[in-house]
Amino acid sequence: MHRPRAMSAAAAAAAAAILLSSCSGAGEVEDNGTADLDVSTGVTDDSVVIGTHMPLTGPAAPGYSQIPAGAGAVFEYINDNGGVHGREIDYRVEDDVYQPDNTVEVTQDLVHDDEIFAMVGGLGTPTHSKVLDFLDQEGVPDLFVSSGALMWNQPDEYPLTYGYQVDYTREAKIQGEYIAENFPDADVGYLHQSDDVGEDSQAGLDQYLEDQVVEVQSYDSGQDSISAQVEALADAEADVVVCSCVPNYSAMMLLESAGIGYDPQFVVSSIGADTVTLSGLLEQFAEEAGSDAPADAMLDGMISTGYLPRVNQEDDPWISFFREIYDDYVEEDVPFSNTTIYGMVQAVKFAQVLENAGEDLTRQALIDALDEDDYPGPGLVPFTTASDNHAGYTGTYVSRYSEGGDVEVLQEVRVTDNEDGPIEEFDLERPGPDEIAPFSDLG
Amino acid sequence: MASSQKSPATAAGPNVEEAARGSGGPRRLAERWRTLPMLPRHLIAACAAMIAVIALTSITDPGANLRLASIGFYMLAIAGLGILIGFSGQVSLGHGAFMFIGAYSTALFVIHMPMLPLWLNLALAVVISCLAGLIIGVVCARLHGPYLAGATLALAVAMPALANRFSDFLGGPNGLSFVMRGTPPALSDMVSNTQWQAWVVWLTVLIVLVFLANLSHGRLGRQMRAVRDDETAAALSGIRVARVKVTAFVVSAGCGGLAGALQAYLLKTATPSTFAVALSLSLLAVLVLGGLGSLWGALWGAIAMVYVEEWGDSLAHALTLDTNVANNLPHVLYGVLLIALVLTWPSGVQGILRQLGNALRSRGHSGNGTTSVPSTQQGK
Amino acid sequence: MDYFTNLTLNGVAEGAIYAALALSLIIIYQATRVVNFAQPALALIAAYIALTVTTASGSYWLGFAAALVSGLLMGSVTERLLIRPVQKTSQLSAIIITLGLLLLLQGVAGMIWSNEPHSFSYPMDFEGRFSPADIFGVAAVLGTAMLLFALYRWTPLGLRMRAAAAHPEMARMLGVRVGLMLTLGWGIATVVGALAGMLAAPPFVYPNVLDSVFVYGLAAAVIGGLDNPFGSLLGGFILGISLSFVSGYLGPELMPLAALIILILVLSVRPDGLFTRPKARKV
Repeated sequence: MHRPRAMSAAAAAAAAAILLSSCSGAGEVEDNGTADLDVSTGVTDDSVVIGTHMPLTGPAAPGYSQIPAGAGAVFEYINDNGGVHGREIDYRVEDDVYQPDNTVEVTQDLVHDDEIFAMVGGLGTPTHSKVLDFLDQEGVPDLFVSSGALMWNQPDEYPLTYGYQVDYTREAKIQGEYIAENFPDADVGYLHQSDDVGEDSQAGLDQYLEDQVVEVQSYDSGQDSISAQVEALADAEADVVVCSCVPNYSAMMLLESAGIGYDPQFVVSSIGADTVTLSGLLEQFAEEAGSDAPADAMLDGMISTGYLPRVNQEDDPWISFFREIYDDYVEEDVPFSNTTIYGMVQAVKFAQVLENAGEDLTRQALIDALDEDDYPGPGLVPFTTASDNHAGYTGTYVSRYSEGGDVEVLQEVRVTDNEDGPIEEFDLERPGPDEIAPFSDLG
Repeated sequence: MASSQKSPATAAGPNVEEAARGSGGPRRLAERWRTLPMLPRHLIAACAAMIAVIALTSITDPGANLRLASIGFYMLAIAGLGILIGFSGQVSLGHGAFMFIGAYSTALFVIHMPMLPLWLNLALAVVISCLAGLIIGVVCARLHGPYLAGATLALAVAMPALANRFSDFLGGPNGLSFVMRGTPPALSDMVSNTQWQAWVVWLTVLIVLVFLANLSHGRLGRQMRAVRDDETAAALSGIRVARVKVTAFVVSAGCGGLAGALQAYLLKTATPSTFAVALSLSLLAVLVLGGLGSLWGALWGAIAMVYVEEWGDSLAHALTLDTNVANNLPHVLYGVLLIALVLTWPSGVQGILRQLGNALRSRGHSGNGTTSVPSTQQGK
Repeated sequence: MDYFTNLTLNGVAEGAIYAALALSLIIIYQATRVVNFAQPALALIAAYIALTVTTASGSYWLGFAAALVSGLLMGSVTERLLIRPVQKTSQLSAIIITLGLLLLLQGVAGMIWSNEPHSFSYPMDFEGRFSPADIFGVAAVLGTAMLLFALYRWTPLGLRMRAAAAHPEMARMLGVRVGLMLTLGWGIATVVGALAGMLAAPPFVYPNVLDSVFVYGLAAAVIGGLDNPFGSLLGGFILGISLSFVSGYLGPELMPLAALIILILVLSVRPDGLFTRPKARKV
């Protein structure tokens, strides 16, 4: 019996230690320094491991799987053409089901087990926000988060985290200004996702539209119907509806509105305005509704904001470049959509940075490379990765879709900040794929 | 089912083995072990488990530490659900709701009262969850079967909606994030953050498990089983059925709440989507998978909860599969495992082990089979 | 006032779907005392099969028929292969089997049809207030409930099925093939579930699309009481209309909370549902 007693004494001592030391405030934390960045974790002479988390299954998965498909295709293309500085990019996508507890778990796996060099394009605000601290502590560069939340751009607090897409407030400000200028007498309704997408968008819209708003409606991501919201907007007789929603819900909004004979001017944010995805979703209904019009009749006249080139800009050098990669590397059931392009551009950006970081790749070299350049390329608006501004894309253009796939640019690129700064025009120099490394040297 | 009445005693199993291996004479030691009063027996077992956890964390990497800690709080949640279902026969589908309450209580205390020590924080989370359990228990005491299932399922759906409704206070769909103290500075050279977290979680869990083990052997445990087996007979023999049922609910809610609080401590976040209905359903599923009516069963269930999808994931990565197939493989495997196990072994993993143990024992020394301690399996 | 009417009509249309799911749940509950958690997944597979058939053949109604037939098959097979073996052990085992089946089938749906949404047609024109599609939904559910009632009340088959569920031993002695009757009960229930799936899936179908409908369906069944089809019918409409009002006047984010409150209120007054005849409860 001595053994158990001795053991229990030891365990009791350990327990006492834990109890005693847990007497100080649980929420009182002191900052304990920064991680060493002069390391080459995940890097060998011929490969570099990067990782990401995305919802691949579960209620939030619909719509997102095209992103890793697009990014993966670009990386494969790069690898088949010799890699960056001779290193193949090993891109590991983990499914987090859009649940933060899973995100924490898979991110720990990526960092500790897969030993990734960097996180690239982790998706979602509720999910990715939960691993910011961890990635920062571990010294893992956290590039091009797939979300438009404002929090990715906090260089002082999270020096290793960089935004990618234009943030919701910037985009909404430009939408708001456009509506105020072009529909000055219209009653405006908002429909948005009830998280930071909605909150940040409204902050931007309200700067210009406060006097015109007649109705604000929101939906929870995962909800299976938004008929009540559309009903309320129709009841308020809004002439313009600004939709800050993901594609599923933009499509549902268009359908529900058509269903009850409500026909306002829709203004849709970039996150939910991928016309390829939308017309795929709506395909069946144009026929069902009895009209002979093709699927995209419902999209006719939709105004949207954007910052990337679109699939139907066939003469754009980047789009034809992406088209080739798509044909060679993407599985058949993934459409060539603007969402796929979103992933492809993300991958291009990372490859550019990797190229600039040089032969001797360390995390510090990557961060330095980010600071050194603005990485012009596929995007149609300026991109920033400066050490004091991690915003990513900083503006949008406004365009209108018309039946048959024509997109008319209503307002050229404008840029702004995410507070109450002015909105300004901007002329961007935009090199093609044959003008920037590493793509100029590949294939 | 009859055997399940004894089974929490299996928490003592490994020590019999350890002690036996150490100094020979297994039979005599085993007998002495059984003659020990219940509380010290359970305490010693818990200490052994704590030592095992500390030993394990010293050889594992941070990712595994996190998983080990997750097994801890899930085990607590499952054990709590086991008290409700296994002992009092009320099938609740809303156990995730109590984890939600515990997690959000902890998050709110940490954010608004950062000076509260961790133990007080956890204790408050338990108190709040127990109160919630009391209310739900009183409402649900008259319900049975599908009615109880429907009400508790609605509860599980409503809780995350609460967070979305009061987004100013509860953070909306993005939930609450916060920072918490890790390894105390004095130990930070020797003990990593994740090790420390795993220890804290397991210490808390083991303390509560000792409590549960005692409870299920005591008067309340007997009353609960009586109610489960035959409500009318229990009432006739003077047991206050409604009160016992509500008590079971309160205990179970307290365990769920503490599990949620520990999860919040571990992940430093409380987010509504974590507590979706799927969580409640999974807890119920792994409870049965592990084996109803035994704390060991809760452990196997917790391991399944943490590792089955992970294994499925590795398998999917290892095989070259179509993307759609690979993405969904873990869920499919989980489903198949559940169905296959319940079809072949309705008593769960613990049932298999117990049978194996009995078979081994009766072959080894046939004279000792009658009053044997059910399990011979080493826990960790 | 107009807004009120619109909300009411929306609620009726939505309520019909809850009612259909509730019906499918109580048929199975009455036959085998199991709450079938796999119901949304079975309905989901039926809807996907309809999608595939419709896409291949160009006919919505061919797809519709395929969904109902596959429902009958899946329900029967599930009862025969998965539920029957555990019927004797414990109710909990059967519940866990259905949970496992839920995971399995949702995963399989994702494997075959991907987790991306597919557009899924309405049975008829969906445009307009209380559109033909809505009317079809309500009519189909009411019609189904009538048929079921007639089947169970007035046909010899229905009598056998009731006998097999309520007094299996006695039914067996009287020559009723009890097993077959229970299998048939599951089959019929899953046909009704498939109908619910066909009505609930539009506009988009993806593996988790029926999750929340299922929760409300179970809530409707419980509110109505598990005794008779009309209970769940009324439960479905009551819940559908109440939730439509809550969502229209107070905010859609309150729907799950409202469902809980309604459920608690109803059950605290009538623990066996609104339309269950009071009687001595069997334990």
